[in-house]
Amino acid sequence: MSKTTATRARPLSPHLQIYKPIPTMMMSIIHRITGCALYFGVLLLAIWLMAAAGTPEGFARVQNIYGSWLGLVVLFGFTWVLVHHMLGGIRHLVMDTGAGLGKEESTKAAIAMPIVSIVLTILVWVVAIMARGA
Amino acid sequence: MVEITLPKNSRINEGKTWPKPAGATNLREYKIYRWSPDDDENPRTDTYYVDMDDCGPMVLDALLWIKNNIDPTLTLRRSCREGICGSCAMNIDGTNTLACTKGADEVSGVVKVYPLPHMPVVKDLVPDLTVPYAQLSSIQPWLQTVSPEPAKEWTQSHEDRQKLDGLYECILCFCCQTSCPSYWWNGERYLGPAVLLQAYRWLIDSRDEKTGERLDNLEDPFRLYRCHTIMNCTQACPKGLNPAKAIAEIKKMMVERRV
Repeated sequence: MSKTTATRARPLSPHLQIYKPIPTMMMSIIHRITGCALYFGVLLLAIWLMAAAGTPEGFARVQNIYGSWLGLVVLFGFTWVLVHHMLGGIRHLVMDTGAGLGKEESTKAAIAMPIVSIVLTILVWVVAIMARGA
Repeated sequence: MVEITLPKNSRINEGKTWPKPAGATNLREYKIYRWSPDDDENPRTDTYYVDMDDCGPMVLDALLWIKNNIDPTLTLRRSCREGICGSCAMNIDGTNTLACTKGADEVSGVVKVYPLPHMPVVKDLVPDLTVPYAQLSSIQPWLQTVSPEPAKEWTQSHEDRQKLDGLYECILCFCCQTSCPSYWWNGERYLGPAVLLQAYRWLIDSRDEKTGERLDNLEDPFRLYRCHTIMNCTQACPKGLNPAKAIAEIKKMMVERRV
């Protein structure tokens, strides 16, 4: 005799495995991931400030690392994470007022997130590099 | 609790491919979740080929065509076939919707059909909805008053009645409820979008006199505030309603009554 439902545990239906990753859902999880990444980014900032408050040699060493090819890539990533999380925060603030929650408008806002954040990040770096050159 | 992978007994195996109907030229491939309590197998996905020249346009038509012509054991809930009973809610092409109002032509490629996500499965496409029903009853979805009953009926102005538009149309199919990742991870404690939309439907009803008690019942870190505006609910609703907006309005009512 086969088991009946009374003795056999019901399986859990699939969820993340099958759900289509729609823009609003993706931006929600990216907002969380960028939020976590910011902890490490702020750590970089803290190290830099501590070095600045310490010896000139120590500061020069940190400057060297941050100014290296890899350091600049990480800093660029940190800038993007910061900008993306800030935009996400503004988006959530707007949604908390009850605005921007429509089906189409919320999708459009979600799609705009990565585009605007990348443009803003590049802009920040262009301005920074120009300011440095001047 | 966030558990990204499925429990061992829920992992899905590749199932069997049923033979193509003889003589059919206009075929559509369907991949359907199967699980039976009557054997010891894990869930699987079976592949079927539907003769579209002999079948109606909706996904529900195809499921019933399969049941009638290929495999009578395929199990699903359905009743009205016109999007008003909410029985045939399931996950089609990665999104929760009603099989009866989802056209097969809206899906490109193989039509993948699963039960509503993150629910215990009774059989095949039939989920166990005991928990959401219990949550619905917990918000007491009926008119509650303290004033003496009027001689005829409880009346309201046209403006007040309009506040119920976009809320009363909910058919409780739980497409939104089971689309919500927050509900997946905290389904026992978070009430979920469908139940909160119902809660708001009574909060905003001008005839209801238990607004304060209703808000008290929702003032809880889990029941209401697990909504993180992920917006899957609003994107999924087959009736075009907006549970995310209803939840945002409840949160606003919470703030407004404090200031």
